[in-house]
This record gives sequence, structure tokens and C-alpha cells, in this order.
Amino acid sequence: MRTARWRAALRTPLGATAAAGSLALLVLAVAGPVLWGSAAEETDVASMNQPPSGDHLFGTDDLGRDVLARVLVATRTSLGLALGATAIGIALGLILGTLPVVLGQRLGRMVVALVNFLVAFPALLLALFFAVIFGLDARGAMLAIGMAIAPSFARLVQTLSASVAGRDYVSAARIAGVGRFRLIRRHVLPNIAEPLVVNATMGAGGALLAFAGLSFLGLGVQPPTYDWGRLLGEGLGRIYVNPAAALAPGVAVVVAGLVFALLGETCAAVLGVRTGRGPVAGRARHAEQPESGKEAAGTGGDTVLHVDNLTVAFPAERGTSRAVDGVTLGVRAGEAVGIVGESGSGKSLTALSAAGLAPASATVSADRLDVAGVPVLASSEAQLRDRLGTSVAMVFQDPTSSLNPSMRVGRQLGEIAQTHDGTSRAEGLRRAVERLTWVHIPDPQMRAGQFPHEFSGGMRQRAMIGMGLMGRPQLMIADEPTTALDVTVQREILRLLRDVQHDSGAAILLISHDIAVVSQICDRVLVMYAGRIVEELPVDRLDGGAVHPYTRALLASVPDMSTPQDVPLATIAGRPPEPSERSPGCAFAPRCAFADDLCRSTDPVLEVVGPQQRAACWHPQRAESVSGGTAGEMPGGTAGQSPEQTPARVTTGDDQ
Amino acid sequence: MAGASLYGQADVPDAPDVPGAPAGGGLPYGLDRLSNPWTRFLTRRLARLLVSVFVVVTATFLMIHLIPGDPVRAALGLTAPADLVESRRESLGLNEPLITQYVSYLGGLFTGDLGTSMISGTPVSEIIADRLPQTALLGSLAFLTAVAIAVPLGLAMALLTRDGRRRGVELGFTSTAAVMSAIPEFLLGVALVAVFAVSLGWFPVAGMSGASSFVLPVLALALGPAMALARILRVEALRVLGEDYVRTARAKRLPRRLVYRRHVFPNALTSMLTIGGLVLGAMLIGTVLVENVFAWPGLGMTIVESILQKDYPLVQGVVLVYGTSVLFLNLAVDVVLGIADPRSTIRES
Repeated sequence: MRTARWRAALRTPLGATAAAGSLALLVLAVAGPVLWGSAAEETDVASMNQPPSGDHLFGTDDLGRDVLARVLVATRTSLGLALGATAIGIALGLILGTLPVVLGQRLGRMVVALVNFLVAFPALLLALFFAVIFGLDARGAMLAIGMAIAPSFARLVQTLSASVAGRDYVSAARIAGVGRFRLIRRHVLPNIAEPLVVNATMGAGGALLAFAGLSFLGLGVQPPTYDWGRLLGEGLGRIYVNPAAALAPGVAVVVAGLVFALLGETCAAVLGVRTGRGPVAGRARHAEQPESGKEAAGTGGDTVLHVDNLTVAFPAERGTSRAVDGVTLGVRAGEAVGIVGESGSGKSLTALSAAGLAPASATVSADRLDVAGVPVLASSEAQLRDRLGTSVAMVFQDPTSSLNPSMRVGRQLGEIAQTHDGTSRAEGLRRAVERLTWVHIPDPQMRAGQFPHEFSGGMRQRAMIGMGLMGRPQLMIADEPTTALDVTVQREILRLLRDVQHDSGAAILLISHDIAVVSQICDRVLVMYAGRIVEELPVDRLDGGAVHPYTRALLASVPDMSTPQDVPLATIAGRPPEPSERSPGCAFAPRCAFADDLCRSTDPVLEVVGPQQRAACWHPQRAESVSGGTAGEMPGGTAGQSPEQTPARVTTGDDQ
Repeated sequence: MAGASLYGQADVPDAPDVPGAPAGGGLPYGLDRLSNPWTRFLTRRLARLLVSVFVVVTATFLMIHLIPGDPVRAALGLTAPADLVESRRESLGLNEPLITQYVSYLGGLFTGDLGTSMISGTPVSEIIADRLPQTALLGSLAFLTAVAIAVPLGLAMALLTRDGRRRGVELGFTSTAAVMSAIPEFLLGVALVAVFAVSLGWFPVAGMSGASSFVLPVLALALGPAMALARILRVEALRVLGEDYVRTARAKRLPRRLVYRRHVFPNALTSMLTIGGLVLGAMLIGTVLVENVFAWPGLGMTIVESILQKDYPLVQGVVLVYGTSVLFLNLAVDVVLGIADPRSTIRES
């Protein structure tokens, strides 16, 4: 398993380069001094400080020695000292890092403080400090660099072992009376070994560069010994005579440093990322479907949102996958329309696309997509800004992440007036305070000067709604506006949305997975499943009038005061299909108790089934059938059989 | 679209929780609320600085005593006459008890007395005052250059490669930046000298003489960190571009440049500041190497010369200056971070 991972890593360009580079360095370090040792020492007074020539590819130094041979021979010294320094650094880091576990609380905290103090200093400064103490030679420099890189290793070990020490098996071992040293050796170290190896490899690269720096300054390796840093320093002195003598050791240092870095990356890729990347879901591209539900409801002259055959597709492994597939809907002025569906039903994408805010990777197409009379798809960004800037407002699911954390709330509201109405900054702020008052935020003047993190969740969502009121919205799109909120706050936000609708006359398009939320403020409900609208009905028909088995299952899963407490809540078994996995026929068929061969082969289209009601179903269920006592046959029945499945069920604020 | 909240913790129900605040009262933008945490933050941070400075002072004092053998003998060489060594030890106060030396070292620091150079006989404080300005100038120019390169480059790269666009540009930039930031400043310096000073003759090889002599040392010091910062900034900006509040800004239909300027860039830059502080500290010490490449008459030359000559009082003085500069830089970064990020730790107790 593990060897397989390493072998796979070797086949990547990164791994292959790292392996080849490491091998080359190893061979050079072993064979270099044997092969070129004599050439590197051979002085030739006749050809001192020569520029590159046929005999000496990189020229000669001030004693006529061949620069290339010296660079190659110096591989052993340079790598050996760097690895030695790294080993010292790791050993010290392990000691300092595990000491807090071994020592008691107070001493341990002091060690942590010491490490934190040392980490604040650049390694080179520490190396200079220790080099003074340990003396100016290879051994002293190795110790100095080892001690200089130790603090960062210690910090790493501390962080890692602290996370391991908190785990259950370590606690269990501690309770079982396992000694502290044994605890470290048996339980802590093996579990932090892998990240440590990765960091050690990269650390070796850093040590190599640091050593080159010290030797270059004359504080490391002393003559007659030489490493790359020393050669670089000597070469720099004669850079006018022979630049190659300075560049060659420099290139060697950079290449070796890169090899260590690549090796570290490879180790990280093999050790760190444990989960193999699974095949990207989605291959079956479903066949062309007949366009469903051409005739749109609510297409009167006062329509603020007119969507005809909207399709939103994403690039998939083969072809595209349609997250929204032929949706047609309309919202009249001042109307409140809800879209209900499970996660992944395409309801949020429908809303975002309607506002022209679909993600960049999505392909949006529609026969018609008009918002407030503006054709969204045919308009440029600037045109949309001019014509929709103040007439469409959005309220998003999570007010915590939807407000800019580094900007005061008043300013975030005020910039809308500045941009779209050309007001001054002060006027924008004044209007922002006024809108915050409208949405019942106490002490709006003070609140406008605060940052979002100083607001509570409910207040942030109020501020978002106030943001929408900065213009003169004809349509307010609220995408799961209560989902991220505390249950007690949900009702207040819904009430506020309803008030806003009444006071401003704006139409509302409310997206929710919770049919109970939608029924509280909407006039009309659209039920989406797998990228399509499966039923559309007035909200007062929800109670007993729904005909699509999916809608009925959604309604059945909402508990109310009469729901028996000793019976498990109703859920819908199974989960909706991925957009890329849809097979022909009705997408709900696999989860539907009433499905037959017709359902599985042919997709039903949205057809009028009653006054202002349409459904896409081959077997629409009539209200009588519910009262006929077939509740036990509800699709999926009562749940409890598969707890891991995600039901489209939530509790509502009404229960409180 | 997911049913569950992205944030695990329950939100605080929004009760009118500010009954004490008078309507419309107080300072604008809640400054009255800020002043308190700021005072606490600065007091705490200054106390920590004081302790750290004390530790650095003690470490530099002890440095000379941790050297195995007699530092004076090491400095003067094995052939130096014994009475010379003895008189030098006397003048450095090395024959006093350690605690007496420590007290007089601390006392000297308060009066600005850092001792006298063993080689030149000049007061150490004089040498430092003479050399420090050149290093500070080089370091701050390099930092400004690095920021001036990194910020536009990183942000531009983020915008060019957003949503997986221009894969080729992305690959070219990330690999160039990775290699550039892996080359240590002194090697880059040597390469720059070889190309632009020796071969092309555009700039002086070494020394500090007029504006053109600044170009190569500043570039040697700035290019690596600039590329590293640009890389981080690009990643941060891409992360911010995917944030919900950027979608909110787009929903407000702000002009694109306003979305970037007000909502993307400030947040991306804030998250880059911590790394920026580390880079700044590393650059300060990077001057040691770069000064030695370019024979720059600053502290970096002084520290290496003094170490090579075993001029310990001078070594102590310069190490002290470098060490405390790092501490003050860290403090400065923390303060800037506190100002830039309203959610930063200053509000924690």
C-alpha cells in the first residue's frame, strides 16, 4: 500500500525530478572526491585565474586549480555538513518539543515560552550568535546552524504532539499509568513522524543554504577545507577576472536546495495526503429531454421575474451536467413565491442565475430571463448595474460570511447609495442608518459604526435585509435566509421579510429547503427536484391539495402539534440523484412508491392539474387518496430504516 | 444550498443587547468601545517586549562568557605576551565576579555605553551609530521594493487566474515564484553582480556611492521575498474571491473595480500581514549577507568583521542591535495587524 504510493509518486514529474536529483547528489557526494579529488587539488601556476576554456570549463582559481572539479568535490562536504546540522536541529527540536510533556505544567510552560521567544528571531541571527560561541570552523558552524534551526522544529513538535496528546488513546494510556517517556516513545513520536520527516527534508535544504551563507561570510568552513559557500566567497573576490568561478558554486547551492525542496514536496504528497483522489463523479450524460412546462405561470404584464426554460450547466468529466434543467417560473409584482427542495435540487442556482450571479464556471441559458423588465442574459455587467442596481436585492443564507468582515456595517450599506444613486458618503451613511432603523436594529447610529462580528447572527441578517432596502427593490431574492440562524431568530426574520414585502411592495422569491418556512410568508410555492420544478401550487392548497408524491412526502415529514411523539418522524428514503447521474424517466421514480415502468422510462412534463396548480407526475395523487387511509403507503413510509440518509425535514419555529 | 449551517456554533439570539448605549450617543464608529481593548493590548504587548529585550540583553552579555577558553587570549592570538592579555582582561572587567560584570553591563546600557572595540579602541556605540543608517536604509528600501512588487503582482495574478482561467499563466507564475523565492539573497546578489555589474557594467560592483549603487543590493534583498509574498497574496486573494461577502458585493452590483478595491484587496492584504512581518524580520538579517556581497558600509559588514577579528565588545553591541530590532519589528507588525483587522486578537482579554 505504502510502497505503491511511493511508486506512484515517482511517476509524477515532481517525484521523478526529486528522485533523480537526490540520486545525482548522492552519487556526486560519494564519488566526487574519488574521481576529481586530485584535479581539485592540482595547482598550476602557469594558468591562474583563467576564464572558462576547453581544459577548464569554469576556469581556474588563484592557484590555477580547476573550479568545476572543486565544485563537484565540495558536494560531499556541503551536503554532509548540511545534513549534520539538520540532524542536530531535529534532535534538539525533539528534546525541546517533547519536554513540555515530560516536565510538569510550570516547567513545561517555560520551555514553550522559550521556544516561542527563539522562533521570533531569524535563523541566521541565531546562527551568527551561536557561531561566535562555538568557534569559526566547520564543527562550530554545524552546531550553530543546528541550534539555529532547532526552535522551529521544536515548535513543530510541540504543535503536533499537543494535538496527539489530546487524543483518546493517549489519554487512555496515561490513565493506564504509562510513564511519560514511554508515552512519548510509544504513542506520541510514531504519530508525528510523518510531518516531521517532511519538514526535516525541507529543513535540510534550508540548512544547506544557511551553511553556504556562513561559509561565504568566512564564518563556516575554513581553508584548506572548502564547501560551496567558501568557493562562492573566493569566487566573488575575483568576479572581474572569472565570473564563472563565483557562479558555478552558486548554481550548485541553488540546485541542491531545490532538490531538497522537491524531495520534501514529494514526501508531503505521499505521506500527507492519505486519501487517494477518487474518480470524479458523473459520466452518464442524460439524453435530450423534451422541454417541459413551456407555458409559464404568472406571465402577466406586471411580472418582475420571468424565467423561461432556464438551464444551468457545469462542465463535468464528460460533457456537462445540468444542475438546473428547464425551469420556468414567474413572479408578479408584490407577490411572494417560494421555491422548496432538498440540497442539490437546483433551487439556489435558479435564484442566483435569475439575478445574473451564477458562478463563473456555470453555463446559463434560457429562452427568456427577464428581471424587472431587463433581459439578464443579453445585458452586459455595466447595463445590469445601471438597470438592476437598485431594483433587485439579495439576502443570502449565512449572514456571518456574507458581510465583509473588514468594513463597518454602515459603510457596506452606504456604498450602495453612493454607487447607484451618486450620493455623498455622508448621505449614504445617513440612509444606511435609516434602513437599519427600518429593520428594527436597536441604536442604529452606533451599530452602523460597528463591524459585522460585533453583531449577533439575527442582527446581521437584519442588516442584510436593510442592505436590500437601500434601493427601491421590485424583487427581493432570499436564499435560505433563516437556515443559518437560531430557531427563535428565524421567525423574527421571516416576519421582517413579510413586513418588508408589505411596506415596500417588493416581490419576494424565497428559497428554502423547509416547506414550513415557505408556507409562512409565500402566496405560491414551487417544488423543485433534481433541477426541475415538479409541482407548483398556491400555498393554501398545500394542506391536502398537493398531488406530486414528492411534495406530499415533504409535507408529511413536517411535524406539527398532532405528530405522535412515540412514532419516528417521517422521512423520504434515499437521496436525490447527482445532476450527472440522472437516468431517463422521472428523477423521483427511484424513491417513489407509486413509480411504474412509465415513470422510469419517460419524464413527465409540468401539466395543469387544478386551479393555479401544475405538477409533473404520471400518477398525481388526489386529495381523496390521503383521506382514504393510504398514509402508510407514503413514499418511503415512516423512516427509521436508514438513519444515515438525509431527509428533507426540519423543525420549524412554530413548535416553540 | 446545504441545509445545515456552515458554522457549528449557535448564533446569539438577537435580543436588544445594548440597553446601556444612549441612542445616537458616543463617539462615531464606536471608538469609545475600542479605546479600552487597545490600552490593554498595548500594555500587555509592551510588557512582553520589555521581558524579551531583557532576555536578549542577558544573552548577549553571556555570549562572551560562553566561549570556551579565554576570549581575550583567543582574540590576541597564542603568541601574545601574557601581561598584555592580563591588562586587556582587566580593562574589559573580565576579572570581576560575573554578577558585578553583569550589573555594570546593564548600567552601561542605560547610559548608552556599549563598551569599546578591542581592535580600534573606538566606542562601540560610535561605530554602530556610524554604520546603522546605511543598513536601515538598505533594509527599508528593500522592504518597500518587495511590497511594491508583491502587492500588484500577487493581486493581478489572482485576478488573471481566477476561476481556473489561464492555466498557463498560473503555472508559469507559481513555478517562477517558487524558484525565485528559493534562491537565497546572497546568491542572487552574486548573480546580479556577475550580469549587471561585471558583464553589462550598468551598475557599480560594490560600495555605496550614489543612487545607482542601491539598485543591485536592494534587488538582491527584495526579489526573493517579493516573489514569496506575491505567491501568498495570490492564494489569499483567490480565497477571498470565493467568499460569500464578495458575492454580496457582486449582488450589490458594484463596479468590478470597487468590488476588488473595497471587498477583495483589503481582506487579502490583511491575511498576508502576518507573513509579511516574518519576511520583514528575515530581510533585516538578510542585509548581513547582502552587505558582504556588495561591500556595503553597514552593520552587516561590521558584525562579520568583528566576529572574524574576535572583537567581542563590538560583536555584542551589534548582535544586541539586531536582536532588539527584530523584537521592535514584531511589535510593529502586531500593532499594524491590530489596526488593519478589526477581528484581531486585540479584542481578546
